[in-house]
Amino acid sequence: MNPHFPPGPPPYPLGAPLVRREGREKVTGTARYAAEHTPPACAYAWPVPATVARGRVTAVDTAAALTLPGVCAVLTHENAPRLATADDPTLLVLQEDRVPHRGWYVALAVADSLEAARAAADAVRVSYATEEHDVELTTGHPRLYEPETVNGGYPATRERGDFDGAFADAPVTVDALYTVPPLHNHPMEPHAATAWWSDGHLTVHDASQGSTKVCEDLAALFKLEKSDVTVVSEHVGGGFGSKGTTRPQAVLAAMAARHTGRPVKLSLPRREMPAVVGHRAPTLQRVRLGAGRDGVLTALAHESVTHTSTVTEFVEQAAVPGRVMYTSPNSRTTHRVVPLDVPTPSWMRAPGEAPGMYALESALDELAVALDLDPVELRMRNEPDTEPDSDRAFSSRHLVGCLREGAERFGWQPRDPRPGVRREGRLLLGTGVASATYPVLIAASAAEAHATADGGFRIRINATDIGTGARTALAQVAAAALGVPEERVGMEIGSSDLPPAMLAGGSAGMGSWGWAVHKACTALRARLRDHVGPLPADGFTVTADTRQETSERSPYSRHSFGATFAEVQVDTVTGEVRVRRLTGVYAAGRILNPRTARSQFTGGMTMGLGMALMEGSSLDPAFGDFAERDLASYHVPACADVPWIEAHWLDEDDPHLNPMGSKGIGEIGIVGTAAAIGNAVWHATGARLRDLPLTPDKVLPYL
Amino acid sequence: MKPFGYLRVSSVEEAVRAAGEHPGARFLAGGTNLVDLMKLGVEEPRTLIDVTRLPLDRIEELPDGGVRIGAMVRNSDLAASVPVRERYPVLSQSLLAGASGQLRNTATTGGNLLQRTRCLYFQDTSKPCNKRLPGTGCPAREGVHRDLAVLGHSQHCVATQPSDMAVALAALDATVHLHGPDGERSVPATDFHRLPDDHPEQDTVIRPGELLTAIQLPPVATGTRSRYRKARDRASYAFALVSVGAVLDVRDGVVRRAALAFGGLAHRPWRARAAEEVLQGAPATEDTFARAAEAELAAARPLRDNGFKVPLARNLAVGVLTDLAEIEDPADPGPSRPA
Repeated sequence: MNPHFPPGPPPYPLGAPLVRREGREKVTGTARYAAEHTPPACAYAWPVPATVARGRVTAVDTAAALTLPGVCAVLTHENAPRLATADDPTLLVLQEDRVPHRGWYVALAVADSLEAARAAADAVRVSYATEEHDVELTTGHPRLYEPETVNGGYPATRERGDFDGAFADAPVTVDALYTVPPLHNHPMEPHAATAWWSDGHLTVHDASQGSTKVCEDLAALFKLEKSDVTVVSEHVGGGFGSKGTTRPQAVLAAMAARHTGRPVKLSLPRREMPAVVGHRAPTLQRVRLGAGRDGVLTALAHESVTHTSTVTEFVEQAAVPGRVMYTSPNSRTTHRVVPLDVPTPSWMRAPGEAPGMYALESALDELAVALDLDPVELRMRNEPDTEPDSDRAFSSRHLVGCLREGAERFGWQPRDPRPGVRREGRLLLGTGVASATYPVLIAASAAEAHATADGGFRIRINATDIGTGARTALAQVAAAALGVPEERVGMEIGSSDLPPAMLAGGSAGMGSWGWAVHKACTALRARLRDHVGPLPADGFTVTADTRQETSERSPYSRHSFGATFAEVQVDTVTGEVRVRRLTGVYAAGRILNPRTARSQFTGGMTMGLGMALMEGSSLDPAFGDFAERDLASYHVPACADVPWIEAHWLDEDDPHLNPMGSKGIGEIGIVGTAAAIGNAVWHATGARLRDLPLTPDKVLPYL
Repeated sequence: MKPFGYLRVSSVEEAVRAAGEHPGARFLAGGTNLVDLMKLGVEEPRTLIDVTRLPLDRIEELPDGGVRIGAMVRNSDLAASVPVRERYPVLSQSLLAGASGQLRNTATTGGNLLQRTRCLYFQDTSKPCNKRLPGTGCPAREGVHRDLAVLGHSQHCVATQPSDMAVALAALDATVHLHGPDGERSVPATDFHRLPDDHPEQDTVIRPGELLTAIQLPPVATGTRSRYRKARDRASYAFALVSVGAVLDVRDGVVRRAALAFGGLAHRPWRARAAEEVLQGAPATEDTFARAAEAELAAARPLRDNGFKVPLARNLAVGVLTDLAEIEDPADPGPSRPA
C-alpha cells in the first residue's frame, strides 16, 4: 500500500476508471475553447504569412486593405506595439523586417468580422528583398555544428570507453542510417486566442498546454506585472507539444487588442500552423552497434543530424535514449544541427525518444537478425544494472517484465524468424517488437485546497486538461489524499489566476500537479482533523507548493519503460502496409485512472502507427515551405488504419517518484511503435526500410 | 469578404439560362470540392447557381438494360443502388473507395466527375500554377509530385484527376449528358476529361454554361465481371496513388472483351486501349495480363519521384484482371481483424 494515502476501500478512488468530468460538456458542445469566447465588440484577426523563404520586407502596402468595409487595422512591423525581448524569439512577431522563413507572419489584419479580416489580409501587398534560401538537410551539410546542449538540457555529446576500437573488434556489427521526415503535431483544435485589455489588465483565452508560462511570457513581452495578465486555457483540443510553449497567436491577439482597443480573436488557419507552431525536425540518424556472438553489446553509437531555424536553436535530442537503454561499455551519442531557412522546430510528443528510439530499436532488430537471435531475447541480454550513461540506479525499471508480458499477450512465440515466408493470398505477414522509454520529469507546482463549511472541497491549481483527463485524475488524487468521496471535490484548473503550475507536457503534468495537490490536501486534512466544532463560514484554505521537493535532484535514474509488439500485412501487389494489431505493455508507475490512461497509451501508439506508415511532410526546395500543410495531404491514421490495438501495464511500485507513485504516460505510447512496425515489415518482406514513412512507393520496389 | 451572388434554380433550362446571364457563375451541387476551393481562394465565382433542387436525383433503369444516373444523385445512394451493385460493381466499389461516409452523403454524381486536382500547387494561391493561373508555370514538375501524373502530362501541367468514380465510368463506357445554351449533347466518359496540353486550365470538354445532367451506363453483357481496386497511403480517406477499374468477359479461357482504366496516372481517367488490344481474344492468363499492362504503360514518362506508379499500375491491373478471371483464389487484400 502506498504510505502517502489513507488506507481503505472506495470512496478513495485513486486507480478507479472514472469518466472525464467535462465529458458531457464536450460531447454536447458546451465546453468552450479559446476561440469560442466572444466578448462584446470583439474584432477578428487574420494573419499575413510571408511568401518568401528568406529576405526582408521592403514595403507593406495596407491602403487597399484599410479601405475595405469593416476593417479596423492592419498591424505590420512598422506600427505594431513594441515588445520587450523574449526567451523565445519566435514570439517577437511584427517587430522587424527580417523574414527568416516562408510562412513567418509579416502582417495581421483586424476587422469587425472574420470574413472582413480575411479579405483585408488578402488585400495587403507585401514587397520583399529576397535572398537565396536553403532548406535541405543532408548529413554532409557544410554548416552542421555540434550544439552545447540539446532539447531537454542534455549534453549534445557523451562518450564512454573506446567506441571506435570496440566497434572495430566486434564480431557482429550493424551500421545503418535511419531517417525520419518533418512531422507535424496538428492538434484538432488549431492554435487560437481571444484577448482583451481592461484598465491595463490583459486577459487572454489561449489554446495552450500551460497558461502559467503564457502569462509570464506575455507579462514580459508587454512589460507588465504577472498580476496584470490573466491567461485562461480551460478546455484545450490537444496539443502534442505544439501548445507547450507560448505561441504567436497569443502575442498577436494581445497586440491587436492593444492596438485597436477592442477584444480580438485569432484562430490560426490549419494550413499556416506548420510554419508557426513548431514541428518535429527531420532527423538523419546513424546507429552503429557492435556485439559479441552472445548478443551482448560492446559498442553503441547513435549520431543524429537535424535542422533548426535561423530564429532559434532547437535540437531534437534523438540520440539521448541510447544513454539509457542498453548496457554497453563503449558508447558515443552525438547531435549535430544546421540552421536552415525553415520554420522553427519544437516539441512534438516524445521529442527525442520518438525518432531516436525508432532508429535505435530498428538497429537492435537488425542486430538480432545478424546474430540469429530472438529480438526479445537480445534486449533481455542487454539489460543494464544501472543507467549506462550515469551509473545511477534506476528507481524502477521493468523493461524485461514488459517484454515478457507483451510477448505472452501478443503470442510472440512460436515465431519463425525467417523473413518473407508467411503468405496469406497476396499478403505477406510479419511481426515485430521494440522497446520504449520516456524519462520521468517533474516541475514545481503550487495548489490550493479549500474545505467549505458544508463539507465540500475545492482544489485550485493551474493544471491544464488538453483532453487527457487530467481534471478527473487530479480530483481522484485530491479525494484520496483527503479521504473523501471524489464527488465532493470540485476542481478549478486552466487559469493563470490559479496557483502556478507545470504545463501539460513532458509527461510531467500529473506527477507535478498531483504532488502539489496531494501536499495541499494532506495539510488540509490534518488541519480538519485537529479542528473541533463546525467550520468557519468561509471554510479553511491551505496552499502548498513543491519547490523544495522538486529542486532536489533524485539520486535515481527515473524512466518509464515499455514494449510494443506489432503484426503487419504487406500487400505484394501494391506495397501497402497495414497494421493488423498492436500490443503495448508499459511500466509507468502507478496508473491513477485506467480509463483515461488507456486512452493516452493507445493514442500514443496510434500516433506511432502514423509515424511509421504515413506521416511526414516535404520541405519544398524551391519555395522553402512544407508542401503538405492540411489534413488532406498530411495523413494521420484513419479509423480503418487502426484495426486492433491494446495497451496494458504492469503494477509498478516505485517509491522514488512522488506521493502518487506515478510516472507519466502521455508520451511513451508513441515511442517504439514505429520501430516495432518497421521491424514487422522486415519480418514480413525481408526488406529493411530505414526511411519513414513506409508508404507504397518505398515498399513496392522490394516486393 | 469576397461577395458572390446565390441563385436557386428549379429546372435545367432555368439553370442554363442563369449561367448565361451570370458570367463567372459556377453551379453548386454538393459543394464538397467547390466550397473548399472557394475558401482557399482558388475558385472565385461571382455567382453560385444552386442546382441541388433540380429533378436530377433519380437512378433510372432503361429498357435496353442500361442505367441512367441523374447528376444530383448522391455518391452514397449511387454506391448503394441495387442495379449498380449487381451489374456495375466496379462503379459501386469505386465510389466506396473514395472520400469518407460524410462526404459521400453530400457529394453528387456530377460534382464527383467535375472535382479538381489535388495537386498541392494548384491549391496554394501563393504559388504559380498553370491550371489556376495560365502562364505562371508548373512548379510541380520539379517540386513535390510523388502523387502526380506519369502519362499524358505536358510541360504545362502534371496534375492528376482525383475522381475514383470517373475511372469506373471510363471502364464502363459510360456517357455524360450535358445541357447547354445550344441544347443537349452527350460525350463519352472517356473523352470527357482532357489531357492538359497547352490548356491545363480546362479539365474537361464541358463548355461555358453547360450543366452536367446525367450519366448513362450501357447494358452489360451477361458473364461480364467488373472490379475496382485502389492503392493508397492509408486504409481509408486518401486519394489514389494508382487505381484500376476493369471490366472483363472471359469465355473458355479466352478474353472476349476487356475494358481497363487507370486512375492516379494522368489528367484524366486513363482508358487503356493498348492493353485492351493485347487482351482481346488472348488467353486469360497472368502472362497476358502482364503483357497488356506493360503495353499500356510503355508510354509512361514518370517524373523524378513518381516512377513507382508504373510498376504499381502494372501490378494492380494484373491483380484485378486475375481476380476477375478467377485464375487464382481472389483473396481480398484489404485489411482484416484477428478473430
